[in-house]
Formats: sequence, structure tokens, C-alpha cells
Amino acid sequence: MIITVVEIQDNKIKKTSLEALSLASKISEIKGIKICAVCIGSDQLPVELGSYGADEVILPSAEALENDQITSLILQISKDKSASHIVLSLNSTGKNIASVLAAKLNAGLISGVIAVQAKGSDVTYTKNVFSGKATATYSIPNAVSVIAVSPNSIPVLSDKQKIATKLDTRFSIVPSKLKTLEKRIITGKTPLAEASIVVSAGRGLKDPSNWNIIEDLADLLGATTACSRPVSDIGWRPHHEHVGQTGLAIRPNVYIAIGISGAIQHLAGVNNSRKIIVINKDPEAPFFKAADYGICGDLFEIVPKLNEAIKKYKSNT
Amino acid sequence: MKILVCISKTPDTTSKIAFDSSNKKFVEDGVQFIMNPYDEWYALVRGLELKEQLGGQVDVIHVGDQNSESIIRKALAIGADAAIRIDHTPVDSFDTASQIAEIAKSRGYDLIFLGKETLDHNGSEVGGLVAGLLDWPYIAYASKLTQQNDTAIIESELEGGVRVIECKVPFVMSCAKGIAEQRIPNMMGIMNSKKKPLEVISPIASEAKIEIEKFELPSGKASVKMLSPDNIDELVDVFKNELKIL
Repeated sequence: MIITVVEIQDNKIKKTSLEALSLASKISEIKGIKICAVCIGSDQLPVELGSYGADEVILPSAEALENDQITSLILQISKDKSASHIVLSLNSTGKNIASVLAAKLNAGLISGVIAVQAKGSDVTYTKNVFSGKATATYSIPNAVSVIAVSPNSIPVLSDKQKIATKLDTRFSIVPSKLKTLEKRIITGKTPLAEASIVVSAGRGLKDPSNWNIIEDLADLLGATTACSRPVSDIGWRPHHEHVGQTGLAIRPNVYIAIGISGAIQHLAGVNNSRKIIVINKDPEAPFFKAADYGICGDLFEIVPKLNEAIKKYKSNT
Repeated sequence: MKILVCISKTPDTTSKIAFDSSNKKFVEDGVQFIMNPYDEWYALVRGLELKEQLGGQVDVIHVGDQNSESIIRKALAIGADAAIRIDHTPVDSFDTASQIAEIAKSRGYDLIFLGKETLDHNGSEVGGLVAGLLDWPYIAYASKLTQQNDTAIIESELEGGVRVIECKVPFVMSCAKGIAEQRIPNMMGIMNSKKKPLEVISPIASEAKIEIEKFELPSGKASVKMLSPDNIDELVDVFKNELKIL
């Protein structure tokens, strides 16, 4: 049995949880074993879970749970179900619970998984290593595996013809040693780690007041904004926008870098984006070497022209 | 406050990444190894700041062979009081965590800090494993810590924001940007580091729970397609037809 953690927020299944479920589905096909989805954050059965691959669903609590309470629930359920695989997203919840679960289950742990493959009747797991400069593929000879899935890596598939059965087994919620005092959401946009399109800008913008052209472009594309380290360090942009080695590592479908030279530390956080577009006035900017498309020129001319052209295109369709 | 900081050894960011002919082993020849920056800049420095605020002791622990001595001495030069090296080349993150937990469980630490991840394996695994093995709470990707006696208020990563958590010692915390600023060791620190205790301890038995099948380098990226800055419709066309984002 595979146990998958499915987080529900505002009555919607988190995309990162659907990615984990999609990966669990592949393991389930290779190993010929079933999937039990444990829903956190709601006691209402999401009927669509079957189409993503869940065979069974457990809804332990409608209450908001602390991470250690989720860990304890998954442990109880894993033992009850004699689970061989625990699959969850390496989102902020997964970062807090995946490795703890692995310790408690004496499990083989692979965190940051981007793909799985069949090797005979076994499964191998691929992840990025060396800050995106290589990949590593592992097998898990251990009896129990904990797999934490890198966000934005696995296509979500809802093509399964399953009807998920709701189980009524009760599990106990243990008292928590953690107390969440506040969840402070800074941006109303799609969080950077989950964004499929990211528009990012750097020192080439010259002044924080010039960011309006970046924000306009992001709005037109439905993108989330990001920035390079220097501009977050000098306070032009908030820290949570900083992508790169010390900031957030992201892997959107499309990464548009404007006025960012592409230092190796920046590339380490974005080099797994599917497509990279670079706009920079310096033809020698290292970022062009990592890009799929490039425009060499003055961003203060190019970006406003681009925004106008997109508006015109949108008004004609 | 008695604090244990876990330090790992990683190739420098600019290192050339290469593997042997079996593709199962990283080639270390000519690679410059450094202390994992997140362990150094964030975990160690925040530990030292706490000691300065509340008194106590900061120990560093490393699992590795004697070639790691220079990064351990650097941690002592930055300000750690004592160091422990488990003389062992770990087989996986579970092994590393088991070695650390074995030491930590008998030495009365209040806090264990480490960086959010290492630059080589990028797994963010050891912290939670140590916490799980010790049955301590674990807080990942902390960007701020305020400690009053035995109670900590921690800001940690949440999609699109931060989660503010209260937790009592002991706990394990992985440290991210914002929690502390890098410290450069000074001459006095470097001199003193040579006199500070470095204990070398034999490992406990371990067994690999995961096995490497192969490492791979990315296939070379097709070269960049340059578009004209004077004909912006080319880029709009790429958005529309190639990337399908319009």
C-alpha cells in the first residue's frame, strides 16, 4: 500500500499534493499496489481523488493540524496499512515531515524526486543534485520508502477510472509540541514555488520604482514576480522574491529573466526551469548561455514594447 | 543553552561536476571542498549569537574522514567552542543522521541547528531524520528565531509567506536565509581554533537504505535562439506558439 498526503486548502486540493498523487500513481502501476490518500485540512471527501489515482481515502480531521500531528497521523496510518511507500510533496509541509517520518519508519528516504522509472518490478527515483548541475537516480532496497516530490516537476494526470472509497477508521490526534501562532501570507499571487510562469528582474532595472514594467508584464502573463539576490539584499524587492542558490530554488515552465546577468549562484536556483527567456543589454551576459530565447537590448525599451504588443494581441483575440 | 551545529562538507559552487566511468561516484579530484554555506552562514552563526545572548556552549559535529579537518577548524575559528568528528564516510543521509543522533542523545543538548540543505545532495533530509530519531520537534527552513529562556518563536517557510511557530527546547531547526549573517573568522579566531578540542569518535554500525543507480549530467542545452530587439512580435510569437502562454 502507498500512503499519499493530500493537503486541502480553501476546499481545494493543493496542486503540489496532486503532483505527489500523480507520482504515487506511477509507483502503484509499477508495483501493482493500491493508494490510500490521507486528506489533511478537510473532512469532506474530494470525489475527484479517484481520477488522480486514489483507491482509498482517509479524512482524519477537519481541524488545522500542526506538522508533528500530521506526522503522527501518517505514522499510525502507515502502520495500520503496513505501507511500503509514503509519497508526499516537498512543499513547506513535506519539508517539515518527510524526513521525520523516514526516521520513525526506519525508511529509505529520497527527497526532491522529479521522476520515477520501472526497473523490472522495482522503482527507481531521480532527483536533482549538485544544485541542479546533475541528476541522481536511486533505488531503495529498504522495505519502506519515503518519497518527497519536488514541486512543479510531475505532470498532474486525472485520467484514472477509479472510485475512491472513504474509510471510516479513526486515528488519534496527538497533542502537538508546536503551536502555530500565525500564518502570514505575503503575496496574493501564486506562490513562487508553485508558479508556472515567473518574471524575474535584477540590477539592470536601476531603481525600485522601475518595477512597474515588470509587474505589468507579470500581470499580462498571469505570472509571479521574482528577483535576483542583489536587489533583494539592497531592499529594492522583498526577500521572499529572491530566487537563486541562497533564496528559493524554482522550476517553472517559463522563466523570464530581465536585467539579470546570470551569475552561477542565480542559475543554481533557476536552471531547472523548462524554458528560459533572457532580456539583457550585455551580449556577454552568462545568462544567454543558459537561455532558450534571448533578446540583447535595452530593457527599458523592450519590456514596455512587449507589454503593449501583448495587450494588442489580447484585445484582438 | 547547549547547542549542537551539524556541519557538512560540499564542493564549492563553482566546482566542475564529473562522475567516474560507472557513473556511480562523484570525482573529487581537483574539487575545492568548503563547509556547506547554509551550515556555516546560518546555523553556526545563529548558534553563536544565541550563546552570546543566553550563555552556554556551541559544539559542531561532522560525519566524515580526516580530510574534513580544515572545515572543522574553520567552524572553530568562527567561534564554536568544541568539535566532534565521527570518523566515517556516510553511505546516505539516514546514516549521517544516525551518527549525529547517537552522539546527541547522551550529551544534553538543548538545540540542534543545521543548514536548510547541502549544496551537493539538496535533500534537506538530515535535520528531520535527526529530530525523528531523537523524538524532538523539527522546524524546517527557519528564517527568524527569537529565544526567551526555553521558549522559541520561529518564522519558517510557508508557500507565499511565513509561518510563525512557538516551540520549547529541545528541538531541531534547519536554517535558511534571514536567520543570521555570515561571519568571517578573524586572526584571533584562527589562532584559537588550533587549541580548541576536536574529538574523533568511531561510528556506529550502519546500513545503506538507498542505493545509487547512476549520476547523469544534463544533455547539452540547444544553443540560445536570439530574437531581434526591434521586432518584439517575434517574442510575442514565441509566447503564443512555442511556449503557449498567451
